Order: sequence, then structure tokens, then C-alpha cells
Amino acid sequence: MQLKPPLLSLSLISATALAYEILLMRLFSIIQWHHFAYMIISLALLGYGISGTLVSLLQDTLKRYFHIAYPLFLFLFSVSSVSCFFTAQNIPFNPEAILWDTQQVWYLLSLFLLLSLPFLLVASAICLVFLCYPEQIAKIYAADLLGAGGGSIGIIILLFYFFPVTTLLVISLGGLIATLIALLEITPKDKTKSVSFFIVLTGLIFVLTVQNQPLKISPYKDEAKVLNISGTRIIEQQSSPLGLLSIVESVLVPFRHAPGLSLYNSQEPPEQLGLFSDASNMTAITRFPDKLEKLSYLDQVTSALPYHLKNIHHLLIIGAGGGSDILQAMFHKTEQIDAVELNPKIIELLTNQFAQYSGNIYSHDNVHIYSGDIRAFLSRSKMKKKDKLNSHYDLIQISLMDSFNASASGLYALNESYLYTTEALQLYLQHLNQNGYLAISRWVKTPPRDAIKMLATAVQALENLAIKDIADHIVLIRGWQTSTLLVKKSPFNSLEIKQLKHFSQTRGFDVAWYPGIKAGEANQVNRFREAYFYQAASAILSDSKNPSSNLPKKQFLHNYKYYVYPASDDKPFFHHFFKWSTFSELLSLRNQGGLVLVEMGYVVLLVTLALAIFSSIILVMLPLLVFHFRAKTKVEFSLPVKKRLKLFLYFFFIGLAFLLIEIAMMQKFILFLHHPIYAIPVVLSAFMIFAGLGSAGTTGLFSRLSQRQLLLIAILSIAFIGICYSMFLSSLFAVIAAYPIYLKILISLTLIAPLALFMGMPFPIALSRLGPGKRTYIPWAWGINGCASVISAVLASLLAIHFGFTLVILTAVVLYIFCLLIFISDEESKVV
Amino acid sequence: MKAMTLQKWILSISLFFLSLAFGLFISSQTLASSMEERYMKKRQHMIQLIEQDVHQTSQYLDTEALDTKVLKAIATVPRHKFVTPDTIEQAYHNNPLPIGYGQTISQPYIVAIMTDLLKLTANDTVLEIGTGSGYQAAVLSELVHRVYSIEIIAPLGEQAELRFRELGYTNITTKIGDGYYGWQEQAPFDAIIVTAAASHIPHALIEQLKPGGKMIIPVGGNFTTQQLLLITKQPDGQLQTQQILPVRFVPLTGEH
Repeated sequence: MQLKPPLLSLSLISATALAYEILLMRLFSIIQWHHFAYMIISLALLGYGISGTLVSLLQDTLKRYFHIAYPLFLFLFSVSSVSCFFTAQNIPFNPEAILWDTQQVWYLLSLFLLLSLPFLLVASAICLVFLCYPEQIAKIYAADLLGAGGGSIGIIILLFYFFPVTTLLVISLGGLIATLIALLEITPKDKTKSVSFFIVLTGLIFVLTVQNQPLKISPYKDEAKVLNISGTRIIEQQSSPLGLLSIVESVLVPFRHAPGLSLYNSQEPPEQLGLFSDASNMTAITRFPDKLEKLSYLDQVTSALPYHLKNIHHLLIIGAGGGSDILQAMFHKTEQIDAVELNPKIIELLTNQFAQYSGNIYSHDNVHIYSGDIRAFLSRSKMKKKDKLNSHYDLIQISLMDSFNASASGLYALNESYLYTTEALQLYLQHLNQNGYLAISRWVKTPPRDAIKMLATAVQALENLAIKDIADHIVLIRGWQTSTLLVKKSPFNSLEIKQLKHFSQTRGFDVAWYPGIKAGEANQVNRFREAYFYQAASAILSDSKNPSSNLPKKQFLHNYKYYVYPASDDKPFFHHFFKWSTFSELLSLRNQGGLVLVEMGYVVLLVTLALAIFSSIILVMLPLLVFHFRAKTKVEFSLPVKKRLKLFLYFFFIGLAFLLIEIAMMQKFILFLHHPIYAIPVVLSAFMIFAGLGSAGTTGLFSRLSQRQLLLIAILSIAFIGICYSMFLSSLFAVIAAYPIYLKILISLTLIAPLALFMGMPFPIALSRLGPGKRTYIPWAWGINGCASVISAVLASLLAIHFGFTLVILTAVVLYIFCLLIFISDEESKVV
Repeated sequence: MKAMTLQKWILSISLFFLSLAFGLFISSQTLASSMEERYMKKRQHMIQLIEQDVHQTSQYLDTEALDTKVLKAIATVPRHKFVTPDTIEQAYHNNPLPIGYGQTISQPYIVAIMTDLLKLTANDTVLEIGTGSGYQAAVLSELVHRVYSIEIIAPLGEQAELRFRELGYTNITTKIGDGYYGWQEQAPFDAIIVTAAASHIPHALIEQLKPGGKMIIPVGGNFTTQQLLLITKQPDGQLQTQQILPVRFVPLTGEH
């Protein structure tokens, strides 16, 4: 065996594996749905756990043939990364049918097994390097993390320039290059080398042949369904890390996309193109009509209300998308329109290829389009006009950005959204002039959820701004499909209320709340069994003079069968409506379609956690069983139960804690850096790279210290920094929110560096201590760490939904301290 | 002698094949009728399930039980003829099923409720937007005078038309195309059922609904129905809509 571990190939394969993980998420979000993509990929990562079990069991053989096994694993990863995905996309898994079709469980299982294979191969290769070079664990771990850090930046860049399928090919080629490097690093210089090169070449040919397949999108996704209609075709596609955009033309049957339209509307929408994001979530690009009157249908939706209450001179649109809100404003002759759109590719499409079609709306003299996040936009404009706080908008409009189906089945439960939190609403309100409106439209669901949660969030925001008599500052109307909530810093006056009644009456909309509403006025045109919207509003606003002691509001929020408490920046889960008590009630009503009302996103999260825990138990226990028998013949397999338990707890807790902090910090920094495109690669790579350096430092810079001292310093530092960050990070971010992005990225790196540096230490310190005689346990520890990482990622979301991200960080700190205690007690009893 | 033997041989072989063919014919007939009987039993069982579910949901549907005519119609229509061959065994389960092209055949319980909510009579003319498999139209055709059905996906529309012809549903007329403008030549309608996904309700459909007529629209995912929208056109032309939840579930607990 060579003296030097194959660090370069290891680094490259780690980069490739991390890039593959993110890419699979992207690919499955296109062919399936985001939340199932999340479930499938989370479970596939158990491949890391399986590798621990596999290498534990076969360690003698694998060690003996390391020079063959290691490059072989890399080679097989490269080949399987492509072939497993293309096989997996042919499995007709249909998540909706899982409730009644048992076959779907088998499909899910086969998806999991197929996709875990590439991860199993990579993880086995890394584990094998640990096993064969136990003296250099810190270096190996550092190479692994540094590679992964590079991979997380690389994949975002790749996704900007290539379509996901091409990116898959690039990743596979990356794997083949890693194989070649591995061969150069570890194979003795003899004739086997030419054979190896031949094998890699075969791999290359295989990958090139296999990859030339189109994506097989689920037939139940909107885009696939639309393409079944004759005369439809995709005319343009744009891909970015934010999603795959497809523009669909339909020449025979027009799209006529106009959700929330009044039943009394008689104006057919003009010609449109369908704009699909990840093959679903359809919006439309409307052909700019020759006469503005042809846009009159946009006056027949609930979101047109503010235009009828007063003249709107200066408007801000959040989520400009295909431009229907801009058209609505143009129809109402708004003088100045600012529009914010997160996805730069949408802006690109509407200012280039489809500029003429859409009437160049994004380039009109009175339209200013801003590419990025709304909170960044408002913070920036706040800095520009510090004295006036930029409070000049007559209207801030938040469009319906999610499709009804995904929204109604609760599929967004896992998605954090900093758009609809109390803090966000406060920010919007601050940017309105004294008589300006914040207008938020949501889908009407039966039973109502979004509109009520939005109302509760708005009330909280007004309370925080110390506004009195909140009930006078809110109006709520609804049609059969959408609701619109208007919030104002000053009370609504009688003229506005008169106009509101007229607007609703002529369009067949119901009023759910306005200052002075009578119970009999609600629920008249579009009837629910009871006046749910009005009842909710009157409970939430019942004692608005004294909101903190508002008992009916408290009782309502507590008793309502969906979770409608306001969302906050610490718990940014606006789309989370799940309540356990409701779940059991709906479960008992499954034969009458009760399960339809269950918020599936949350259930998916739970099922993923349960499956991850169940699989982990098997994966962790299996090697122990074998060790037990082998200990009879081989002394290095024997280890007292108590010591095994300590070993397990240490590596399990380290795995949990690392990911908990990483995920929580990622959330905090997404809010700070505003744009996930910046935040994810910056935070992820910073964590990996600095943790890698920390790991390397355990043998370099800090080698003079004893392992115990080093661990003590590392964990106490993590605890100190973690607690400080959880307490002060939000306030710090609020102060420096308006800084330019490059400075913010620099600050983020500076903040992450010390924390990550120390977080990179506990794993290699303990793994290195599995010295002679206990090296057999290295793969086991590796596997435990792998399982813990999978559980941790799901657990982080679950904890954050219920208790907020601050608690996620504190949990991780406690786990780290446990690890320290285990290590110290262990050292005293001279265990590990 | 030889010729005799040959003749005998030919005769006996012919007899053998004849009796084999006869036997096969008889057994296939018996099998078919026993299959039909089996499906009928399954259908009866399905009706029981629907009745039970409706009874439990009754207070929310504002009806104690479904119209017996609706149940009879569902008991008559051979649902197994409207599903794809690979799902035929599940035809009478109270589930939705895929029919290809990303489309589905609704859960029988939902079909029953939607049909019942339209309050149909024997002389009615009904328009359906979204033929799909044709099952809903077949159920309607048992209850009303005429059913007009429009399907946008050509292969589905063609299959459904073939099915109607084979099964003898002569009072159903279909066409393939855009349902946005309804079916002006056959308007007005006593009831309209819109099973095709649409971002809004086209004005033409409201126009083609008779005063006093009802329109029903299921809203939900691909397989599941989250809510039913029932639109009633008042005699004065005003529209009133109802959001109906096909589940016995109240979001408010009444404690406030």
C-alpha cells in the first residue's frame, strides 16, 4: 500500500457526489414534485449509512484489494450516476396514488434503492480510504470536505450554463476523471495501467450512450397534460438553479389563464403563452393587445380592489412573473410601476425573445423591473432614501405565486418563505405612504387556510408597528377562487368602504371583513356552510383595541383545525397548516375523501424521518451482529457494549449536530443574503471548506495540543459562537441589511469561518483515536455519521417548523456538549 | 377400406373440433355471464359503500341520502368498461383510477355526489366539459334525456365515443374540441358539469345555463377532489355559488 492517501481523487469525487446530490434534487423536482424529490433524495443519501455497513462487513477483503476496490468504486459511481437516474425516471411512481395503490410503495422502494447506489459507491470509497490510512484521518476528512465545498459552488455554476441532463453528463465525466487520478495515485506503475485506462474509456463510451435520453416528466404534471392537447408545443426552455422554465404555445386552444375571475366577466383574455416552472406552476405571458380595453378582465378579479378605492400613482409588484399584475396596473393607468422578480431568467425571456409578444412591458418608461428578492430591494431603497424611509408607495401588491393544486394539497409545507412573515409584512407596510395599501391575494380553499393565516400575520405586523384599532385597518374580500386582503397604516374611511361594497357587489364577490361589517353581510354570494372567513376575521379582530389580551383570537387560533398562527422569520413556514388533532380526525374519514384535506407536505416529512430512522437502526445494528460473532475468533472485533454505545452516541450526535447547525445557518443567511442563488453556494461551501481546514488543523496548527484539549476548545467555541449567533445574528443582519451584496458575502464568510473551523474538528479527532486494535470500527463510525446526517436534515426542518431555527441551533449546541462529555468520560475510563 | 377409414377420420376430427368449438362457445358464454354477475355484485357492493359514506357526510351535503335514481344509475353503468385493461380489477374500488394522458376517472363516491347535486330530471339536457373515460356521461345518460360531452384530448374523446356506441348509449353526443364556448347549437342546458381543469369559468357556459339550472365543478388535484363548486343560476339570472366539502369536517369547533 502507498504511504500517501489518494487525496486528489478523493477531493474530486466528494465534489462530484455533492454536485450529484443537488442535481438529483433538481432533476426530480422537474420530473416529479419538489417534496417527493426531497423525500427520495434524503433517503438515497442513506447510501452513506449503507457504505459503513458494507465496508464493516467486507473490510478484510476490501483492505487487501484497496488498489482495485477504490478506483473501481469511483468508476462504478461515475457509470451508475447516469444509468441509475435514467432507470429511476422510468419507474412509474405516482405519489398521489400511494394512498390506495400498494404497488406505489414498491416503486418508491425501488427508487430509493436505485438512487442510493451511487452514494453507496462514493461513500464506500471514502470510507475505505479512512480504513486504509488511519493515521491520516484528519487530512482525508479535510480533503473530503474541501472537495464537497468546491462541488457546491461548481454545481450552481454548472446549472446556470447547462441543462440538468447535460450537467448529469458533466458530473459523470467528473467521476471518470477522479477514477483516472485515483489510478495514477495508487496503482503501482506496471502494465495494469493500460487495462485501467481501457476500462475508463469504456465507461466514457457507456456514459455518452446512456445520457442521450430526454427527461420523462410525470404525466400528471401540468405541462405534460397541456402537451396532450393538439396544437401545443414547447417553444423555448431556460434552465437555472432556480428551476426549468418552459414556454408552451397552444395554437388551437388558447390558454386563457386568468385565475380568480368573476363569474360575471365576459371579456375573454387575449392570446397567451404558457410559462411553466419545473413543468408545473403555470402562469401566462399575455400578448399585449392593440387596445387596453381588452385587458378589462383583469379588473374582474379580487386583486383589482385597491384600484377602485383610490388613485394609485406609485405601485410596487412583488413577483412580476409573466407580467399580468403589470398589465392590470397598466389597465388602471398607474403612473409608476416598480416590479420585483426573483428569477432572472423570466426577466430575460420577457425582455429578449418575448419582448415584442408581451408588448415590452418590462421596458416601458413607467415600469422599473428589479431582479432579485423583495426584501433586498426594499432594504436597498431604504438606504438610498434614509431620511424618508422610502415610504411612498400607494400600493404594494403580492401576486398569487404558487399554483392552486400544489398549494391546496399542502405541498409547500416544507418550503421556507420569507415573503409572508410578520417581519416581511412590517417592512412592506413601512414602505407605504400613510394612505397606501398592502394587497395580498391568496387561493380560497375549503376549509379556508391561507387567507386566515395571512390575516393573523397582518394583525401581528400591525401590532408590532404599534398601530391602534387594528380592525379599522383591514379589509378582506373573496371570490369563489381567490381572496384579497388589504392592510393600511391609516383606518379605512367611509368612502373607501362604499367603493369596496360597490366593487364586490358588481363582481359577485363576498365581503369577509371591513370596519363596521354586520354578520348578515358576509357569506352571501359564494356560500360556505358557515361564514368561515367572517367568523375568523371577527375572532382575530374582536378586541383590536387591546390585542395582547385578545381572548377570542387566542381561542380561535388554538381551536381552528389548521395551524394559522402567524409565520415569523424564525419560523418562516407560511404554508405549514398541519395539526396533529386534525390529522387523526381526517384519517378516520379516509373513506369519505378525508385524506384530501391532510397537508401532505408535512406527512411526507414525517414519513421520510420514520423511514430514515428505521433504515438507520438496521444499518447500525447489522455490523454489530456480525462483529459479535467474529469477535470470538478475532480480538480486534471485541469491544464492550458500553464502549460501543459511547462510540455510537458520539458519532451519531456529531452527525446530527453538524447538519442541524449547517441547515439553520443556511436559513439565517438566506434571509441575510436574500437570494438563495447566492446564499446556498456561499453558506454551503463556506461550511465545508472551513470545516475542512479545521479538520486539517487538528494535525497541523493545533498538533501541539492534546486531543482532549483540542476537542474542549473546539466544542466550547462552537457552543459560544452558536449561542451568540442565535441571539445576535438577526439584529446584526437588520443593521447591515442594506450593504451591497459583495460586502454581505464577505461578512457571511467571516461569520461562518470560525464556527465551521471548529465544527470540522470533533469528527477527525475521535476517528483518529480509534487507534490500533479498534480500526475495525472506523467504517461503523462512518456509517453512523452518514445515517445521522440524513436524520438530521429532516429533523432540522421538523424542529424549525415547530420551534424555530433558533432552537435548532441550541439543540445542536447541546448535542455537541454531550459529545464532549462522552469523550471525556471515555478518556477517563480509557475506552476508545 | 382405406377410404372409409379416412372418411371416418375426417368425420371424427370434424366432430371433435365442432364439439370443442361448441364447448368453448358455451363456456365463454357462461364465463362472460358469470363475469358479468361478478361485476354486478362488485357494483352492488360499491353502491353500499357510497351509501354509507353519504350517510356519514349527509349533514354537510344537505341531504340525508342520495337520490335513489342516481344510485340506480351508478348500479347500472358497467364501470369496468370505462377503465384501462390494467386497472379493470380495481374498477369497483371506491378510488379514482388513471385512464392515460394524465387524466383520471373520478372516485365513484364523488361521481355520485356530483350527479346528485345537479338534481336532474328525466327531460333534462346536460352538457359535460371533459368527457375523459366517458363514465360520468354514461351515469348522466341513465338519468336524463340527452347528454352532450366535449373532450379536448382527441384520443380520449375517440375512445369514449367508441365505448358509447358499443354499450348502446344513444343519448350521448360527443365532440372533440375546445369547451370554452360550450355547445351553442344545443343550448340552453338544464345542467352543466365541468370536469376539465380551467383557470376560470367561461362566460359562454354561464350564458348557456337555463335560469334555475345548476353547474358543478370539482376542484382539486389529479386524482382527488378537494371541493365542489355548485353554481345556481337564479330565475333572474343572478348567480349563487356554494363551496361544498365532500367530507364530514368542520374547521371551526364552535367554541367561540
